[in-house]
This record gives sequence, structure tokens and C-alpha cells, in this order.
Amino acid sequence: MADSATAPHAAPNPSGGGAEVTKRDFLKLITGASAAVGVGAIVWPLVDSMNPSADVLALSSTTVDLAPVQPGQAITVMWRGKPVFVRNRTPEEIELARAVIVGSLPDPQPDADRVKADKAQWLIVVGICTHLGCVPIGNRSTEVRGEYGGWFCPCHGSHYDTSGRIRRGPAPANLPVPPYAFEGDTKIKIG
Amino acid sequence: MAGLHKSEFKNPVINWIDARLPVFTLIQKEYGVFPTPRNFNYFWNFGALAMICLVVMITTGIFLAMNYTAHATMAFDSVERIMRDVNYGWLLRYVHANGASMFFIVVYIHMSRSLYYGSYKAPRELLWILGVAILLIMMATAFMGYVLPWGQMSYWGATVITNLFSAFPLVGESIVTWLWGGFSVDNPTLNRFYSLHYLLPFVLVGVVFLHIAALHVTGSNNPLGIEVKGPQDTLPFHPYYTIKDSVGICVFFLVFAVFVFFAPNYLGHADNYIPANPLVTPAHIVPEWYFLPFYAILRSVPDKLGGVLLMFGAIAVLFVLPWLDTSPVRSARFRPVYRVLFWVLAVAVVALGFAGAKPAEGVWVWVSRVGTFYYFLHFLVILPILGKFERPLPLPESISRAVLFAGGGGGPVPGGAAAKPMEKA
Repeated sequence: MADSATAPHAAPNPSGGGAEVTKRDFLKLITGASAAVGVGAIVWPLVDSMNPSADVLALSSTTVDLAPVQPGQAITVMWRGKPVFVRNRTPEEIELARAVIVGSLPDPQPDADRVKADKAQWLIVVGICTHLGCVPIGNRSTEVRGEYGGWFCPCHGSHYDTSGRIRRGPAPANLPVPPYAFEGDTKIKIG
Repeated sequence: MAGLHKSEFKNPVINWIDARLPVFTLIQKEYGVFPTPRNFNYFWNFGALAMICLVVMITTGIFLAMNYTAHATMAFDSVERIMRDVNYGWLLRYVHANGASMFFIVVYIHMSRSLYYGSYKAPRELLWILGVAILLIMMATAFMGYVLPWGQMSYWGATVITNLFSAFPLVGESIVTWLWGGFSVDNPTLNRFYSLHYLLPFVLVGVVFLHIAALHVTGSNNPLGIEVKGPQDTLPFHPYYTIKDSVGICVFFLVFAVFVFFAPNYLGHADNYIPANPLVTPAHIVPEWYFLPFYAILRSVPDKLGGVLLMFGAIAVLFVLPWLDTSPVRSARFRPVYRVLFWVLAVAVVALGFAGAKPAEGVWVWVSRVGTFYYFLHFLVILPILGKFERPLPLPESISRAVLFAGGGGGPVPGGAAAKPMEKA
């Protein structure tokens, strides 16, 4: 043990307290890096186990049969634990939605962006008020639909129109349209 | 300012915290510079490994608890959901189940080290007693944990072991009814086992803390069994034993990984993949491997109460071991007779383990009885007597002499020889 410092190797790392980089610095780096990788390999499965499991993901799609829903009618289905309104709009309701000046809306969005082009009578929106999360009323024709013919949230008075867009009240955004696709003419799959 | 700890740390943030709650000073003292005998062998790694096991078990247990349902009608299915549907649920379950086995392997080796090297002797008696308490709590935790999946072995193992208490005269039946919360092992039993299974590991953390605190008062034992005489006999815990423990941890995880990834059900029992059926008893009720020696002792006595008392007695003798062994010499390295008897005990315990897995018939009954007899003979008769009559080998003068003049391994060194200059630690 005559020498206290080994000759510096080609230094792949700039760490090291003294003037020279030693083998010890390299070993410390490699050990630290391996430990970090090990910790990551242990932490990731723990964290990921809290993500939705396979059975929850399997329930993440809902198919809905549209045949029983008459024009002017609306139903509520469950999707990912949330209510989804499926409304078969009458031609008047569609006209009303299209006639609105988009720029005047609190959350501007044309009706055409919220429905499928060839099936514009079907409006499918998540039935949760974008203010603080209550379920708006208006599916039944007997229920209050608000001043714009869509839905009315009784919690704080948000009014939605026949395209599910916010018109008046504290809600900041339109009722969101979930991802959905038609399977045939009378069936949709949401999610 | 009054009351503040005078911290030596330069970093202002660390200094501020340390002055008000000297955790950094504590870590530096207990795990940084702590003088540790320089002659540890790898058997001294197992205490640290046991702590790793405890952390692994608590962590996986908490994440399993996010998905487990403790109801008799849903428990089994919730475990299957964890295995199949929860992301990495299979890994959590297999790590937890095999982790229990690893925990017992580590603790049994740790205890064997103490038996061989006399780590239970004065002044470490309380350290040893705390360790036996840890073993008891581990056994209770493992037993209750095994019931939770509500398989056939879960249910029937719980039935058999809780029924043991009926052996006690007068109060036995009431105790069993009280334990069950009913008239058989059923949902109330499962629920309370779940609660206690979640609780006891944290009690264990507390007892482990006391165990380590007691160790740091006396300092560690070492393979020579002779006391540290001065700084030349020790090394600072960091970096010497932090790095040695790291090596041990890697090997430990390697062995653990072999079980978890290549033989996850090897140490378990296939019958536990059958949902619990109160009307059908499995042909052979077998506890997990780490309970087998005690199970053999239990069944070796034809009398019900006798078997129960002897089984609990097997652990009770461990509590008083420091007073049973009368030898003034600690380490078996210098006790030629005890060394042989240690291995006889090891063989007896392993034989008891094999016998515990077999039906209580034929030759296995006799193996259990001989093993049980020797177990108690060893602790209650041989150890007290041996200490008085055994002629120990001559002890080395000190650890540093033995280590630095290694090759002889421990004879007394001719007087006047100075210790070689040490590397700066």
C-alpha cells in the first residue's frame, strides 16, 4: 500500500473531490447508478399497480342500442362510472343548435363538431355539469330543460342548449362529448 | 439558543433541521462512524437482511391491501383478481408470499449465528429476548396472513391451530369461541385476522427499533466472541459494512428473485388454490414450512394439552437461553464440544421439520419424539451442565491480533510484537 492515489484512468466522469478522478469515483458512480435503476425497477410496479386494472379497463366501453330512443327522447347510460346522456334530437332542436352564433358562446364550439355528420340527430354527452359536478336535469320532457332547450343544472343554475353547450351560468365548459363510434345504424360503442 | 443541539453539519438546511431534531447526527453516529468489529463474517449480514425483508413485506402488503377484500365470500376471488387483473398484481402477491419465507430463512440463519457465536450471552441477554419476541410476532403475523386468501389450507390451518386452545382446562372452549367470534372459523375470524395482520408488522417495527437500540448499547458480538478492546479492533460501519451489506442484499435479492420468478409456488401448498370448504377437510393439513418443526413437536405428544404446552415451551426455552448456557466462553469456535452439539441440534430441528410435513404415522412419530426429546435435552440439560465441564480452546488476546496475524486464527501472540500499521480507515 505504498501509493495513496491510483493513476487516473480515462475519466468518463467529471466527479471527484480532488484534482484527479480515481477508480473509486467510477465505482461510486456505477454503484449509485445501479442502485437508482434498482429503486426504479422496484417503484414502477408499485405505482403501476394503482393504475386501472384489467377488469376496470374491460368495463371502459359501453355499447348502447339506440333503436328504442324516439325523436325528442333522451336516455341516460352508465359509462366508466359516469352518466352519459343520449338524446335523439328533433329537427327543430338541431336547427336551434346550428343557428347559434358560435363566437357568442362562453365555450365556442359549432354543433357540427359535437355530433357525427351523417347522424346529427344523435347527441351524446357526458352528463356531468362542468361547474362542480352535479348531474343536470332535462332528459325527461317533464323536467326543466333550462332556457335553451337542453339541460339545466339545479345546483348553481347552469343552462345547456340542444347541443349540450353552456349558455348561461357558472359552468365554464360545454358538456364533454365522449369518444364513440357507430356500429351499424342503431348501435354505438362509447369509449 | 437554549435547548438546540449543537450540530456539526456544514450545510445550512441540514444544520437547521439537525439542531432541532438531530436525526442527521443520529444517522452519522449509529450508521456512519459506529465502531463495528472488523472481523465480521457474512453471517452478520442477516440482521440487515431481516430489516430489508420487513420493509419489503410492509410495502407489498400495503399495496395488496388496496385490492384485497376481507370477506369470506369474496376473499379468494379478490386474490385471484389481484393475480390476473391488477397491474403487477401477480408480482405483488408472489413477492409477499415468498417474502414471508425469505423472512423466516433470514431470521432462522440470524438466530443460528447467535446460537453458534454466543451472541445471546451477557451483556446481550435483552437483545436476544427482544429477538425472540420478534420471532413470536413474526409467527403470529405469518399465521394470520396465511388465512387471508381463504383457501383450503388457510381455513383448515386456522381451524386446527385455533382449536389448540381448547386444550386448556375450564377456559379452553371459551377462549376458542372468543378467538373465532363464532362457533367455527368464519367471516368474523377472517376480519379480525386481517386487522391484526395489518397491525402486527408495525408493532414489529417498534420491537426491531428496540432490538437495534439494545445492540447499539452493547455493541455487536463477533466471530471470536471476545470483546472489542479498542479502536484497532473496529471499523466504522460506513463504508465497510454498508458496502458488505450491499453485497449481501444483492445476493439475497437474487435468491428471492429465483423463487418469485421461477418457482413462486414451490414453498406453498397446492391445496390453497382450492376455495375454503368447511365441509371437506384436506387429506393432509400442513402448515407453511417455517412452522413445521413446531408442528412436529405439537404432534409428538399423545396428550392434547401436553403437545400444546411443549410447542409453546419450545419457544419459551429460547427466552431463558442466556441463563441456561453456563459457559463463560461465547463463540463455538473455542468450544469443541458445544460446536458438535450445535450441529446435532441443527439436525434435530431439520428432522423435526421433515417429520412435521408427514402424516403422524410410523417412523415419523419416532423421529418427532426423538427430535423433541433432544431439543429440550439440549437447552434444559446439556447447556447448563456443559458450561461447567467443557474445556475451551485458548482465546486470542484481541480481535486485531487475531485478524492481523491471521493464518493461525487465534493463538496468543508472543509478547512485544507490535500491531502492523493499519490503513487509514
